[in-house]
Amino acid sequence: MAEHTMIDAIRMALSRALDEDETVILFGQDIGIDGGVFRATNGLMQRFGSGRVRDTPLSETVIAGMCVGAAAHGLRPVAEIQFMGFLYSAIDQLANHAARLRNRTRGRLSCPMVLRAPFGGGIKAPEHHSESMEAMLAHIPGLRVVVPGSPTRAYGLLLAAIRDPDPVVFLEPKRLYRAGGEPVEDTGAALPIEQAEVLQEGDDVTLISWGAMLTEAREAVETLADEGISAELVDLSSLKPIDRATLRASVEKTGRCVIVHEAPLTAGLGAEIAADLAEHCLISLLAPVRRVTGYDTVMPYLRLEASYLPSTDRVLRAVRDVMEFA
Amino acid sequence: MATRKTSNKSSASKEELLQFYRDMLLIRRFEEKAGQLYGMGLIGGFCHLYIGQEAVVVGLEAASEEGDKRITTYRDHGHMLACGMDPDGVMAELTGRDGGYSRGKGGSMHMFSKDKHFYGGHGIVGANVPLGAGLAFADQYRENGRVTFTYFGDGAANQGQVYETFNMASLWKLPVIFVIENNQYAMGTSQKRSTSTPEIYTRGEPFGIPGEAVDGMDVEAVKAAGEKAVKHCRAGKGPYILEMKTYRYRGHSMSDPAKYRTREEVQKIRDEKDPIEHIRDVLIAGKHAGEEDLKAIDKEIKATINAAADFAKESPEPDEGELWTDIYATEVPQEA
Repeated sequence: MAEHTMIDAIRMALSRALDEDETVILFGQDIGIDGGVFRATNGLMQRFGSGRVRDTPLSETVIAGMCVGAAAHGLRPVAEIQFMGFLYSAIDQLANHAARLRNRTRGRLSCPMVLRAPFGGGIKAPEHHSESMEAMLAHIPGLRVVVPGSPTRAYGLLLAAIRDPDPVVFLEPKRLYRAGGEPVEDTGAALPIEQAEVLQEGDDVTLISWGAMLTEAREAVETLADEGISAELVDLSSLKPIDRATLRASVEKTGRCVIVHEAPLTAGLGAEIAADLAEHCLISLLAPVRRVTGYDTVMPYLRLEASYLPSTDRVLRAVRDVMEFA
Repeated sequence: MATRKTSNKSSASKEELLQFYRDMLLIRRFEEKAGQLYGMGLIGGFCHLYIGQEAVVVGLEAASEEGDKRITTYRDHGHMLACGMDPDGVMAELTGRDGGYSRGKGGSMHMFSKDKHFYGGHGIVGANVPLGAGLAFADQYRENGRVTFTYFGDGAANQGQVYETFNMASLWKLPVIFVIENNQYAMGTSQKRSTSTPEIYTRGEPFGIPGEAVDGMDVEAVKAAGEKAVKHCRAGKGPYILEMKTYRYRGHSMSDPAKYRTREEVQKIRDEKDPIEHIRDVLIAGKHAGEEDLKAIDKEIKATINAAADFAKESPEPDEGELWTDIYATEVPQEA
C-alpha cells in the first residue's frame, strides 16, 4: 500500500468528509484555487466545486464568525487559518461565541465547526509562522483542542473533529506534514476524539508529548531502551479536554513522568498535567514531574530555532534526572 | 399630544395599526416591568432596556416572513417579543430561573429560540455581525429564500469586523439585512464624540451595499424600508443596510449615571417622537379606535406582563448541578 504523509492524510479526511456529508463546507484563504499554503486542500475545489470549497477574503475574525453562524444553522464548516499565529483575532469568535453557544442555549444550538491551523516550529520561520500557543485555546471551556501525531491519527482525528457536535480547533504540527509517510487507509473510520494514545508501553518512566515533539520523545525512548530504561510514550492528542485517566494510569504504573512540549514553559499545558499528576498520583510518584519545553521567549528565526525547540538531548537529560532521583 | 412632530395620517389598515400598537406596547410594558424587577434585586448583573426603540423591531417583523432569521446584540428583549417569543420565558431568563429561555444560564443578553429563528442575544458588541452573515450563508447554501436581520448599534458600527463582514457579505451576495439601530449613544458616548462620519448607512457604499436612513420612531416607515430591503435580498442582490434613527429613553443599562445627556433632551424626544404615542394618535385620528378600546388593550397587555413577572418570580432556580451541564455534547468530568 502506498505511503501517505500527514498532509495527504488530512486531504483524504477532508475529501471523505465533503463526500459523505453535504453540510460540510470548507472556508479559508487560498484553499480553493491554490489548494492551501501547505496544499492540504489541493484539488478539493476542482472536485467539490467553489460553492463548497470557498476561497475567502483575508479576514480571520469573520471566517471564524461566519462558521459559528453557519454551524448554528446546521452546516458543518471547516475553516483553515493559514498559521496558528494568525488565529488571535479569531479567538474573539471562538471564545465568545463558538465555545459558549451550547451552554447559553442549553443545547438547543450547537456549534459543530472545525478551525484547522498549522502550528509549531521546524520550518525556520519566526513568530506567527511557528509558534505554539495551544494552552491559550485549551483554557477556553467548551472548545476542543486536538493535535494529531501521525498521518494515521491525523486522518482519524480530523474526521472525528468534523463529525463532533462541538467546536474543535485542530492544530496540525507542520513539521510532521511531510516528515514521513505510512499507509493510511481511507476507510472513513474516525478515532475517539478525546483519547490519549499510548504509543509505546514501558515500566520505568512516562513521556507525555504531542504534535511534532513526539519525534524527539520517540528518539529518546529508543536511546533509553538501549540503556536499559523502559519508557512509556503517550501522545496526548486531545489537549482539551485532557484524557486525565490515561495519563494518571500510566504514571501510577511507572512512577515517573517527563512532559515534552515546544510551547513556552509558563502556564503551558505541561503545568496543568504536572499539577494533575501531583494532585492525583502523589503516592505513586518516585520523582518530581519534569517539563522539557520551549522557553518564555518569542519564537525565534532561522538559526536560533534549534536552540529554542526541545532537543532529544534535553529530553534524555530530564529522563536521566528523574531516574537518578529515585 | 399637540407637540408631536409626526403626521396622523396613514394608509395602513386598522388591523395592522392595532397590531403595531399592541406589539410596541407589549415591549414597553415588559421593559418597564423588567426595570422594576431589576430595582427589586430579582435580576442579576446588567439589564439593557429597549424603551423608545420599539418601532424598529415591530416594523421589521412586519416586513419579515416565516423562516427569516434575526440576531442582535445585548439590548435584545424587544427583538424576542417582536418575533413572538413568550414573555414568560424571557422574563424568567432575566430572573435566572429554570423556566427561562436559557433555563437560567444565559440571562438578559443570551437567549435563543430555534422555533422563532432568533439566534441571540450576544454581549460582544459587533461580534454578532459575522454570525449573521454565517446564518445567511447557510440559507443561501440551502437556496431557501430566507433572509437574516442582523441588528447592531451605532457603537458597534465602529468595530472592524463589521466591515470585514460587509466585504464578505457583498462579495458572496449573502441575503443579510444589516440593521443599524442608531440610538445616538454608545453607552454614554454620543455619536458625535465617537464616530468620524455621522451617516452610518453610507458605510456600505465602498462595498457596494445600498443603504438608507429610516425614521426608526415611525413603525410604518420602518416596515416600508424593511420590505424594500427584504425584496432586494430575496432577489439575490446581496446585503442591504438600514440605519434606523432611533432613541432610547432609559440608560444604557440599569446602572447608567446618565451624565452624557440632559433630561430635557430625553423629554423632548418623548413628547415629539414617541413611536407608540404616534400610532395611538393615528388610531384615534383615523377613528380606528377610541380611548376605551386602547385602554382595553393596555389592560390586556398589563395582565400578560404581570403574569410573566409572576412566572419569573415563581419558576424554580436552576439546580447547582446545572453548572456542569451543556459545556460539551458529552459530559466531561470536572475537577475542582
